[in-house]
Amino acid sequence: MELIKLTIDKKPVEVEKGTTILQAARKIGIDIPTLCYFSLGDMKIENKPGGCRVCVVEVEGRRNLAPACATECAPGMVVRTNTIKVLNARRTVVELILSDHPFDCLVCAKSGNCELQDLAHRLGIREISYQGAQSHYRKDTSPAIIRDVDKCVMCRRCEMMCNKVQSVGALSAINRGFEAVVAPAFEMDLEKSVCTYCGQCVAVCPTGALTEVDHTRQLIAALADPTKTVVVQTAPAVRAALGEEFGMQPGTLVTGKMAAALRELGFDYVFDTDFAADLTIMEEGTELLGRLSKHLAGDKDVRLPILTSCCPGWVNFFEHNFPELSDVPSTARSPQQMFGAIAKTYFAGKIGVDRKDLVVVSIMPCLAKKYEAQRPEFATNGNPDVDFSVSTRELAALIKEANIDFNTLAEEDFDNPLGESTGAAVIFGTTGGVIEAAVRTAYEVHTGKKLEKVDFAELRGLDGIRQATIDFNGLPINIGIAHGLGNARQLLNDVRDGKSQFHAIEIMACPGGCIGGGGQPLHHGNSAILKARQAAIYREDSCKPIRKSHENPYITTLYEEFLGKPLSEKAHHLLHTHYFDKSTQIEIE
Amino acid sequence: MAIVKLPENKLNQLIEVCKSFNNEPGELINVLHKAQEIFGYLPAEVQEVVAKELNTSVAHVYGVVSFYSFFTMTPKGEHPISICMGTACYVRGAEKVLDEFKHHLKIQVGETTADGKFSLACLRCVGACGLAPVVMVGEKVYGRVAPDGVKAILEEYSA
Repeated sequence: MELIKLTIDKKPVEVEKGTTILQAARKIGIDIPTLCYFSLGDMKIENKPGGCRVCVVEVEGRRNLAPACATECAPGMVVRTNTIKVLNARRTVVELILSDHPFDCLVCAKSGNCELQDLAHRLGIREISYQGAQSHYRKDTSPAIIRDVDKCVMCRRCEMMCNKVQSVGALSAINRGFEAVVAPAFEMDLEKSVCTYCGQCVAVCPTGALTEVDHTRQLIAALADPTKTVVVQTAPAVRAALGEEFGMQPGTLVTGKMAAALRELGFDYVFDTDFAADLTIMEEGTELLGRLSKHLAGDKDVRLPILTSCCPGWVNFFEHNFPELSDVPSTARSPQQMFGAIAKTYFAGKIGVDRKDLVVVSIMPCLAKKYEAQRPEFATNGNPDVDFSVSTRELAALIKEANIDFNTLAEEDFDNPLGESTGAAVIFGTTGGVIEAAVRTAYEVHTGKKLEKVDFAELRGLDGIRQATIDFNGLPINIGIAHGLGNARQLLNDVRDGKSQFHAIEIMACPGGCIGGGGQPLHHGNSAILKARQAAIYREDSCKPIRKSHENPYITTLYEEFLGKPLSEKAHHLLHTHYFDKSTQIEIE
Repeated sequence: MAIVKLPENKLNQLIEVCKSFNNEPGELINVLHKAQEIFGYLPAEVQEVVAKELNTSVAHVYGVVSFYSFFTMTPKGEHPISICMGTACYVRGAEKVLDEFKHHLKIQVGETTADGKFSLACLRCVGACGLAPVVMVGEKVYGRVAPDGVKAILEEYSA
């Protein structure tokens, strides 16, 4: 490894060859501001177009200023990050960006969490010396994501996420010069494009150009309506991240405080999506074992691997890109939708409320869940199983608006019967968790033996594609895991080409899984936050008295009282689904 | 499910072109050049096929098509008119000639007349500066065009 010595602001620093000035400066505590640059370094996610020029620095002997993010350190380099030339240039750059940016910070969804606003504040910009044309585009609202590209600064982070990381290809920079903007093909509506609503573009957008569709007003109205019974379900990844919005350390578990806050907000029943995650394992696990035993018995009609189907971004992805594989994923609905279906039948019956008067709300780390809740197949006579889905960020905003001091709340429990869950359900919130939960149950059901060690370290981690073989009492089960849709595409290509050796594959659309979902508190490129959330999820699992889904007593009761057994006709009707071909077909005229 | 319709012979030609470039996504610009030769322009349908054949996203293809002014999504007229705006032609009054074409055809640069007969484009130097200002209609070159000669040129094709 070749080491390079240089000085930055008169401080000597030694770095590996290939290190950029920006990285070297950060190493010695010099915080050069950036805008377009974005990195989740150890997850191999980086945006480095060198386009915004906010990070320019002076390099001795170089004629012009150098972008620190895209300039590699060289031996003996003398770098200055705060000369008057640099400060003036940086200021001019930001003023020019602001000159083509709407001044509606007061009412912008990103206000207080906007990197451009922070930059203007940090540079002490109090007036814009430049006035000229401003570019205007129509606002594009889809079921989950709003594009307001008047606020786009062409950092192209969203384009990088959508193409390089997710391989979705919904967004691209189009046109040139002043007209340039990031948009779907032919500037079509996002809803008509190949967008999966994974929300990773929203998660990395520095400004308010990409935001989620806000459902909090509808939620407040439902809570205030005396004729409605409002129940809430919270996804596993929310409890591991919500605290960040209230100044808590990343990785702080706020399960009890969250339940208390939801009760204070006025929900009649505070339930847990984790309950439905346990239910998912019963259905998906049974389906896995069924397909596996038929396959082992030589039935050529049974396709393996089985793919998890909890993630709506992923479901959208294969409907667009791999419709020919639509019999490969499990038919099990996602936990959000299983919860909705059970709440509006079993639970509504128990409390004697008509489904029309029962409002089911989900708190999700996800934006695709907003779309999933609106899919017509998840409604009965026009009444959706899940009325609407709000993100972790929206819940935090709602708690603040309702004057609830989240930090001092005493912890409370979920209500029953749909609030009880196991450790297996909690880990649905991270990559590797769904398949580990499935293994815990499938092992015991298949072998008839008790699983002594429920932790499967070999399934955990943050590598984009992982694989492990689990010994089912002499039967080796090959498991694949992918998070990030680009990684998923690689595994799917193998399945399509008949090269996949896996019996089961878990896929989550977002890097890190739901902990890194598009609806989570913004991580601003700090991968330590994702790791802390993941650790919190496994911590919650290890503290649970019951850690296998099939041992959840309320799940047992649900089957006894209502569903019969996994994959029963009623279970099929309420808990399973089918998929659609959303691909583009070329037809000959 | 979005359905894209294209005539079979041209579609097959396009697929052959993609194959001749080994379906390499890096050959996108070359493929689009050939595609525009085949179809005369690059409608959304053609871009969908190119994206599929080169295993890239249609948003990316559209990004490239919308970036380069050479590529067009508007079908060219039966008789595409190009007015040279190179330095020599420009100083000898090409702009006035262009205005005259716009006036007669009632279209702007980059547009096609409603009957599909003529389309209007500007180009940079055809290497016939001695004949400035130069106008091309299809493959035919007209030299030393004056604004009052525009009508006569158009009449040649109006039969």
